[in-house]
Amino acid sequence: MTPAVSFQKVSRHFGAVKAVDTVDLDIAPGEFFAMLGPSGSGKTTCLRLIAGFEQPTAGLIAIFGERAEGVPPYRRNVNTVFQDYALFPHLNILDNVAYGLMVKGIGKAERHKAAEEALSLVRLPGYGERRPSQLSGGQRQRVALARALVNRPKVLLLDEPLGALDLKLRENMQDELKSLQKVLGITFVFVTHDQGEALSMADHVAVFNDGRIMQVGTPRDIYERPRTRFVADFVGSSNVLPPDFVQRYSGQRRWGSLRPEAIRVVKSTRDDGLSARLVSANYLGATTRLALDADGLRLHAVVPAGTSLPEEGEALVLTFNRDQLHLMDEPA
Amino acid sequence: MSVSTVSQYSAAPAILPAASGMRGVLSDAFWRRPKLLLLLMLLPPVLWLGIIYIGSLFALLLQSFFSIDEFSGLINREFTLKTYGDLFQAANLDIILRTVTMAATVTLASAVIAFPIAYYAARYARGRWKALFYLAVMLPLWSSYLVKIYAWKLILAKEGILTWLFAKLNLLWLLDAWLSLPVVGGNSLSVSFTGTFIVFVYVWLPFMILPMQAALERVPGNLIEASADLGASPGQTFRNVLLPLALPGIVAGSIFTFSLTLGDYIIPQVIGTSRLFIGQAVYTQQGTAGNIPLAAAFAVVPIVIMGLYLWMAKRMGAFDAL
Repeated sequence: MTPAVSFQKVSRHFGAVKAVDTVDLDIAPGEFFAMLGPSGSGKTTCLRLIAGFEQPTAGLIAIFGERAEGVPPYRRNVNTVFQDYALFPHLNILDNVAYGLMVKGIGKAERHKAAEEALSLVRLPGYGERRPSQLSGGQRQRVALARALVNRPKVLLLDEPLGALDLKLRENMQDELKSLQKVLGITFVFVTHDQGEALSMADHVAVFNDGRIMQVGTPRDIYERPRTRFVADFVGSSNVLPPDFVQRYSGQRRWGSLRPEAIRVVKSTRDDGLSARLVSANYLGATTRLALDADGLRLHAVVPAGTSLPEEGEALVLTFNRDQLHLMDEPA
Repeated sequence: MSVSTVSQYSAAPAILPAASGMRGVLSDAFWRRPKLLLLLMLLPPVLWLGIIYIGSLFALLLQSFFSIDEFSGLINREFTLKTYGDLFQAANLDIILRTVTMAATVTLASAVIAFPIAYYAARYARGRWKALFYLAVMLPLWSSYLVKIYAWKLILAKEGILTWLFAKLNLLWLLDAWLSLPVVGGNSLSVSFTGTFIVFVYVWLPFMILPMQAALERVPGNLIEASADLGASPGQTFRNVLLPLALPGIVAGSIFTFSLTLGDYIIPQVIGTSRLFIGQAVYTQQGTAGNIPLAAAFAVVPIVIMGLYLWMAKRMGAFDAL
């Protein structure tokens, strides 16, 4: 099957800065694809390369098998939901949503009808007469989504669209985006620096760092089987274990990762586990996150709410299942 | 050092120290009543504007409702619309029409020339290039207006550099053909309306560029990208996004170029034909002719025209994006 978006050795350099550095990528049609990484990791530049706002310094980009280098943004059947929405302040909501159809020369009655439908789709029916400045952040977000979707794009690009929303709204929008994507069957490419968002929404996640893709896989792959220390640390804040430590448990001298929730913490001085001391405890509501010191090795563990917590400095024993210890590819 | 002085300095500062001195008390008073400070600061300029500026404008308006006794040349201080009626005499109407047409073409040409310059400065120029842009636009404003106009008189004269340049390029026939046209032509560029037009555009161009550049700078770059993303060609983006959002700046610039041209009486006197513009008409009526009421009525014309222009601009939605 032809990928919706395909990168072959794509680079985008700004002077000496390698914003995107020899990236290979395939995004399947109809999937929800997340680009995850810290700021400045190249994920947004990749999105802009797909949209056509940037041209690659080197490499090939294909959208549904058609070569896209040198094709301007206005001749790409790809639409973007911008980070700060970029709604036109001089147009009302209906004309904002109908803009793409207007420039294609579709008549007023027809494009307004389509725009009204798109507004219903994002649950803002009857908001057409208002101005962007009269809407809340969450509503503007939906208008930006409707304005992109009304063009029936082959690929929808979302550039940290939930970044400016508060937590509750963000969670609602995550669910809505996911179900919209299922209903419409459009390929969604979603840029975020929030690993929780990427894991919960995406079919596949690409983790970016320093202009390169560190790992591509399903959320479960990425979370449970990180290939490098960076991925283990950035996605789900796993405990990164040094080769010497890993060798004691697995016999192999490799970097390892151990998820915080895989560690059991027991108040005991017995010698059947890893002895440690509690450094601090962060109450997170449903869970409590413990920072532990095991002979100079800093580890994090997560215990469910209601567990009786140890005192700071108290002697503890840590145990974990050996098959929970994941060995990473990164050389020791 | 005694114990008491040590404790005086080592003591923790008071949580709410008292205001110190006259200035401290004054600062506190203004802080509690910010509107008082605003009032004090605004009073002098408001008095200046209100009495000297609006007041003299009002006096002018008053004069225009007087009339002149044609026989004795004395001003008759009875309210009448007769002087305004005089404006509609063919010769006077001709002056108004000529001035408005000139102001409109100068404004249009300034807008067309200013846009690419303002666009470059707003969207591309950074750092040193931006400083250079401001310098290049402002520098002509630093030199005397009269010096510039007389310089142009020499440039446009029959023996001037422009004629020489046309001759060198073997394009003298083109210049002659243009000068032989009715209305815009004349003996040389310096005694034609074309010359007047060129100098007007030159002198007022910075007043168009600067507000336009400020308006274009306020258009967020991602709106241009969003428009392209939604399938608009660069031309469509210009018409549907850039132009409407920059319109308040263009209107602001056009108010400058339009009203400055409407009121100017030096440029058409030095460069152009002997036919009068409104400014010159005001000058001669209040001076040699001694007809202050007609001069005042002429001076009201640009005010009325600008009022109409702004009203139309508002109707067309020029200020919607503000």
